Amino acid sequence: MKTDDLVTLLATGTEAVDAKAPTRRYLTAVTLGTVVATSLVAGLLGIRPALLHDALEPMFLVKEAFCAALSAVALVAVARLSRPGVRLGLVPVVGLAAPVLAMWVLAAVALLATAPQNRVDLVLGQTAGVCPFLIALVSIPVFAAMVWTMRGLAPTRLRLAGAAGGLAAGAIGALVYSLHCPELAAPFLAIWYVLGMLIPAAVGAWVGPRMLRW
Amino acid sequence: MLSSEERLRSLLVRGLAGDSSAYHAFLRELTAHLRAFLRKRLARLPEEVEDLVQESLLAVHIQRHTYDPGRPLTAWVYALARYKLIDLLRRRSRTDLFNDPLDEESQVFVASDTEACDARRDVAKLLEALPERQRLPIIHVKLEGLSVAETARRTGMSESAVKVGVHRGLKALAAKIRDSS
Repeated sequence: MKTDDLVTLLATGTEAVDAKAPTRRYLTAVTLGTVVATSLVAGLLGIRPALLHDALEPMFLVKEAFCAALSAVALVAVARLSRPGVRLGLVPVVGLAAPVLAMWVLAAVALLATAPQNRVDLVLGQTAGVCPFLIALVSIPVFAAMVWTMRGLAPTRLRLAGAAGGLAAGAIGALVYSLHCPELAAPFLAIWYVLGMLIPAAVGAWVGPRMLRW
Repeated sequence: MLSSEERLRSLLVRGLAGDSSAYHAFLRELTAHLRAFLRKRLARLPEEVEDLVQESLLAVHIQRHTYDPGRPLTAWVYALARYKLIDLLRRRSRTDLFNDPLDEESQVFVASDTEACDARRDVAKLLEALPERQRLPIIHVKLEGLSVAETARRTGMSESAVKVGVHRGLKALAAKIRDSS
């Protein structure tokens, strides 16, 4: 087929394109993924009975804000990386680095304020062995939502887009997992929560070039 | 450069709003730009240029919903074409690592415009290989120019199935093009 004929073919019978459809699809996917992740936590792990009590702790709010901030910034990064010709820019990079650095500073302060023999407990908490894996598990539905969204758009930097999608899934997964998680210490969050978010991010970077190709 | 950005952008914006003659004009003009862009970057692989022009056009069409009219069109088209170019070069480096054309010098004057217009891969043939529920909608709506309603009547498909068939069929066509080179 000649190129001119292909052009005619493509232009024939085209209808108006709904400019808002991609955003709608993205929001639907994130919402669905989060709902499934939440029911996964509620059904499989159980919502923490002391959650309402925790909610009064300042550190609980810090933890939620930490996960929510990373989720929001990673979602913005995914949206940008999914449209050809839109630069990622510095804002998402700084926006991701800042909460993590802040949490590390909080962790350092908390560790310095603790007697040396108690520091290990502060880092390991009661659930360090399972926390990152449970966050990664909970993030699976959100990860699927991210891949579905990005496959409906056109990311051009596939590994980076995959990593951003995985990170968004991990951060939302951590946010949802905090409904179950008893840990509130900054050193714990600074290590195990970050690790839990990095697992899906690494998986995303790994599968991105294959799953997001178009 | 600025004026062609402006003109192409306004044609595309009208096309996205459903004006198919503006969209046709957009694609026609874009084709020439894409060909020049790709020819310059595929100087060592002149036989790939027209195939990649077609592949890029198909990508532009399939991904047109990812264009944000508030952003420069040049950046969007460049990113799409560059992605397709890199994808092609990756594929080639995997398959014909040792098949680099050595007679480049003698090719310099061979590639004229009309010759370049013949793609090696025939999109029409690839179209025939699509399943019926995608092939028939594309043939009726896109080649014969029938309306979606008329196509639905002739094929016994629902109107939404016809629209989905066109959309998925073009995507499948793009995948076949990618895998056939």
